[in-house]
Formats: sequence, C-alpha cells, structure tokens
Amino acid sequence: MSRLTEAEAVETAASRKYKYGFTTKMEYEEFPRGLNEDIIREISRRKNEPEWMLEFRIKAFHHWLTMEEPDWPNVNYQKPNYDDIIYYSSPKEKPKKESLDEVDPEILATYEKLGIPLHEQKMLQNVAVDAVFDSVSVATTFKKKLAEAGVIFCSISEAIQEHPELVKKYIGSVIPTNDNFFAALNSAVFSDGSFCFVPKGVKCPMELSTYFRINNPDSGQFERTLIIAEEGAEVSYLEGCTAPMFDTNQLHAAVVELVALEDADIKYSTVQNWYPGDENGVGGIFNFVTKRGICKGDRAKISWTQVETGSAVTWKYPSVILKGDNSVGEFYSVALTNDYQQADTGTKMIHLGKNTRSTIISKGISAGKSQNSYRGLVKIGKKADGSRNYSVCDSMLIGSECGAHTFPFIESSNNTSSIEHEATTSKIGEDQIFYLQQRGLDEEQAISLIINGFCKEVFKELPLEFAVEATKLLSIKLEGSVG
Amino acid sequence: MLKIIDLHARVEGEEIEILKGINLEINKGEVHAIMGPNGSGKSTLAKVIAGHPAYEVTSGQVLFEGEDILEMDPDERARLGLFLAFQYPVEVPGVSNSMLIREAVNAVRKERGQEEFDPLEFEDFIIDKLKLVEMDEKFLDRSVNAGFSGGEKKRNEILQLAAMEPRLSLLDETDSGLDIDALRIVSEGINKLRSSENSFMLVTHYQRILNYIKPDKVHVLINGRIAKSGGSELALELEDQGYDWLVGDAHVNGEA
Repeated sequence: MSRLTEAEAVETAASRKYKYGFTTKMEYEEFPRGLNEDIIREISRRKNEPEWMLEFRIKAFHHWLTMEEPDWPNVNYQKPNYDDIIYYSSPKEKPKKESLDEVDPEILATYEKLGIPLHEQKMLQNVAVDAVFDSVSVATTFKKKLAEAGVIFCSISEAIQEHPELVKKYIGSVIPTNDNFFAALNSAVFSDGSFCFVPKGVKCPMELSTYFRINNPDSGQFERTLIIAEEGAEVSYLEGCTAPMFDTNQLHAAVVELVALEDADIKYSTVQNWYPGDENGVGGIFNFVTKRGICKGDRAKISWTQVETGSAVTWKYPSVILKGDNSVGEFYSVALTNDYQQADTGTKMIHLGKNTRSTIISKGISAGKSQNSYRGLVKIGKKADGSRNYSVCDSMLIGSECGAHTFPFIESSNNTSSIEHEATTSKIGEDQIFYLQQRGLDEEQAISLIINGFCKEVFKELPLEFAVEATKLLSIKLEGSVG
Repeated sequence: MLKIIDLHARVEGEEIEILKGINLEINKGEVHAIMGPNGSGKSTLAKVIAGHPAYEVTSGQVLFEGEDILEMDPDERARLGLFLAFQYPVEVPGVSNSMLIREAVNAVRKERGQEEFDPLEFEDFIIDKLKLVEMDEKFLDRSVNAGFSGGEKKRNEILQLAAMEPRLSLLDETDSGLDIDALRIVSEGINKLRSSENSFMLVTHYQRILNYIKPDKVHVLINGRIAKSGGSELALELEDQGYDWLVGDAHVNGEA
C-alpha cells in the first residue's frame, strides 16, 4: 500500500514549485532607499503631479510619522525596515505607451508567462486589462471601447493628469490618509494603480481587470486603486497578483477605495497569489492592504470576492460602509494558507443607513504549519433600523500542525436589527479522501473536489474564467499537503 | 476474480493483528457472504481489499484477476473494477452527487479506453440507473450524502455501484440500518446487477439480506480467521444457533 507518511507529504509539498517565481531582466530607474519628504516630492515631480496631489502625499507622510505599525493582528513577522525600502521603481524604458507595440517585449513576455496575454486578439473575451509592473502601469487594453461607453479606465497616474477633478473629489474620501499605518504610507508614496469611473446609468460593457506584478527585490509596491460608480452604474472589477521568488520579504501596501452612488453596483474580485515564501518560511510578500467601499447612495451595492492563496503574511479586511438606506454589502472570501504562511483577514460591515443588509461568507483553509485567522466586525449604527447581517465562517484544517482562528466582533446600537453568525471547523479526513479514491479519483482530484465543495459558495461569485483559475490554484497550492 | 492468500493485517501503527491468515477465493459470477460476530474482522477485510490507508498488510497476497493489488493505491484498484459500498458513506459538502458520480464513471471509462461522458450524455446514462434504486432525480443535485437518511445513503452507494459497473463489489454491511422497504430496494437492485461476469462479496451480521440475495457461498469469520465455509444453508444454521459454537472451535484451533 503506498501511503504518504507525514514526512513524505511534507517533502512533496516542499518540492512543489511556485510557478510564478521567475524574474524578468529589467533595468530599473530607482530611488535611494528610505523615505523622507524629498523622496515624496521627487515621486510627485517625476509624475508631474498637481500641487494638491503633492499636499495629499505630504500630509499623509506626516500622519505616518506619528503612527505605529499595528500589533493586534494574529501574525508574527520581522517588521520591515522602512529605511531600507526603495519607494519608487520603474522599468527604465519610458513607461508611457500609446499602444502595446511600444511596451518592452520583456514585460509582455512576463505577462504571457503569467497567462495574461495583453495582446487583444488573445485576450479573454470582454476583459479590459490594466497591468502594473512593479510601480508603473504599463498598458491598458480596450481603452477605446470603454471610452465609447463613457467609462474611464486607466492608470491612476494618468487619471491625475487627465481627470484631476474626479481624483481630487474621491481620493481619500473612503480611506482617509490617517486611517491606519499602511494606508498612510501608501497615501504618501503610492506609485501607480488603476482608476475607474463609470458614469450615471452606464453598465460597464466588459469586465475590468488589473494585474499586479512585483519584479524588483528591494522595492515596495504601493498601488492605489479608485473606483467610482455613479447613480445606477454597474461595474465588475478583477484583480490578480503574482511576484517572483526572493529570499527577502517584499512589502505590498495597497489601498483600494470604492464609491457607489445611488443604485450603483460594484463587484470587486481578487485572486491573490503573491509569492508565499519557501517551505521554511523564508521570503515572501507582506501583503498589508486596506480595501474599503462606501455605499453612499440608497440601494447601492458593493460586493467583495477574494481568493487569497499567496503572501507570507496577509493583513487585509475589505470592508463596506453602508450609508445609503437599503444598501447592500457582501464579502465572499477563500483564504488558503500552507507551509509557514500567516493570514489575518476578514471584513468590516458598517451599517449606518436604514434596512441595510450585509452578507459575509468566509472560508479558511489551513495546511502545513500555517495560521489562518478570520477577523470581522459587524457594526449596526443607531439609525440603521431594520438592518440585517448574516455571517458564515467556516474553517478547514489539513494536517495537525496548522491553526484556524476566528475573531468575530459584533456591535449593535439598534434593537430593530438582526445579526446572525454561524461558524464551523472541519478537517479533511483520511476517510473522505479514501471514499473518493474508492470512486476512482486520484488523491489530487479527491482533494480538489473536497476543497471545491467547501469553497463553492465563494467560487460561484467569481466570473467563470476566474473560478476555474481559482480552483486550479487551490489544487496546486495543496498538492501533497494531505498525508 | 479474487484470490486471497494467507492475508494478515493490522491497524497501522498497532501491534495486534485483526486479520490472522485469511484464505478466500471468489470466482467470476459468484456471490459470497462473509458473516461473523462484531469485531471478527469482516469490515476490515473489505477495507483492506479496497486499500484503506488506516490498515497495514503484514503478510499475504490479494490477487484481483491474477494481479497482486496490495501495492496499488485505492483509486487504481477502483479503476480496475473493484468497488466498496461503504458501511458509513462519507459526506462531501458542496459537491453534488451527479458531479461525483460523473467523475467516478469517467475515471473508470478512461481506464477502460472508453470515451468519457459529457454532462448531457451522463444525464441520460444516470437516469436509467436511478430507476434501479428507485431514487428521484433530485438526489443528483444534492451534496454527496449530506443530510441523507441512512437508507438514502445506502441506496446512493448502490447507485454508484450501478454506474461504475465494477467487476467485484464489496458490500460492507449494506443491510444494516435499513428498514424493510429499503432493504428490498437495495437487494433487488443488487440482484439486477448480478451477472455471470461480475462477483459480489457481502459482509453482513444478519441472515436477513440473504433472504433476498442468495449467496453461492457463506464464510464465517471469527477472530480474524475463516472458521467455517459452506453453502447458503450455513446462513440459516447461524440464524438458529448464533456464532457461539463456532467461536469455541476457533479458540481450540487458534494458535495465536
């Protein structure tokens, strides 16, 4: 009988390769290490930013200086040395491109390797892609088609130049510069990211997508995303992330702000596969991200779906402020950790308007020696009459050396509202795998089927191609982890 | 079809043997019943043949169609045509029954060099099989065994058996926990699947199911060994007299 022992299983897991771990040979235009006002002024100057943008950055930097890196997450890591990070890095070729033909072929080849062909003819149908390589947005496809519909989709740098009034009005309106340590840092030094504006009554004609790639070992990535859906507008936005393998840790501190006006609908999906470090926990991305949306108008809806599989340490709570009456917030999450990965992730649903509704479906899968925590807050304000929340937090454990934790917080100041919370913990059992193997499925198929069943409620929220990708990703990540 | 030679097995990591030298041969087209008191090793025998990882074979051979299968993974054995109907079918939340059965059937078809079913072809295929166990189509959309009653779970096992068309089926206490109607449905299903080409090994406590399914041979397992073998009349004898008279024999003959 060939049965994997624990040791063999660990060995198999160790030999598993992080498929995106290659680096692209690029020459970089880099800044000196460390952060001070001069660096910020230089970033802003290089990007030819208006004065108000520089002021925003400087203000954020001064907040940041007074703040401390948070200690409350259930994770342990050596805090980054912020004086040793390069805060701006861009491929040496001039990044502003009119068409894809002008983009450095090395970068295009990188995205091809990642399975994201930027060439329109090969692209997933109806997905417009903005690609951010280290700090700079290198290409936005389908721009023309979107413009015809009145949708603006471009890099945030470009938006600052071309649509300053929109950026000025909304940037920092959901996540203030002093919100938290990492958001303040991002606000001071953000390099690029995506901007999307869907005007009143427009249903965005295609899925929008951004791919983030960190290539440079010493640079942090601080991208900034801002999405605005005006009255009755609809947009679905996808975000994918990968990075090469380095034995040092890279910091990724992004900020994503979503604004949904009356009757608007924003759906934001993430498949995060940053490099998680090796099997001994060396290297990997620190993923410290602030994501928040506001349902500003009545009947607005914001839905977050995330599949978190990468990063050495994850600290991330995509949240929704339900300000408009009858507005809806949703959070669907699969967080998988293996080896020495640590994740502290969840959501905040802040109910302010009347009859607001929120749904939280969180699925945590822990394998190896990893630690996986769900942390959530459901807050019902005084005026939020008739509001409802429904939360489900399920954890699945694989092996006996990992941990799953849940920290659900509930604060209700309104007695006409209702909050429901369900939680389960299960273990992938030998019996479950044997049962499926007895039905002719090999071990890998068996695990993949069980995991898919466990994550089904979340996967069905993803656009089809991404659901397929997420399924594959989870199987690859778990290969060999069940002994 | 199946030949077991001096099979010894124990729970992985433990000292005490549960199977202490089993010899058994099941030919093509035969139905054998394995009976015996609690703890005699009946279910262990079925699981060891199927390759359950909790058990370790310490010596002996299990030949399936002449090939020693002990080194094979459970899924390889399954694809060769060995089916185990579980005593306690396992729940797989979120995975629909039709999805599992389609993957199972296609795994076997691929092994046999047959074309895999697409979802539509599979639907036609499985609807016929549902009738065999008098199951409603809505069973296909439910999660595998999740929230099924005991009887539904057992019928679901027979449905999977019918769909996978195995050469040898091991039924591990399929009759336990069934009411009389479910027992009839399950037994009739098995009888319809019986042919001169396939074989069955029925593990059971009770003679009851043998009123419906007439075995060619009955073996009594006691303390990890076959204490007595006979024709179907042996089952009736056991029903009258219990196992005690054989337990005595086994102790007298037991060397361990």
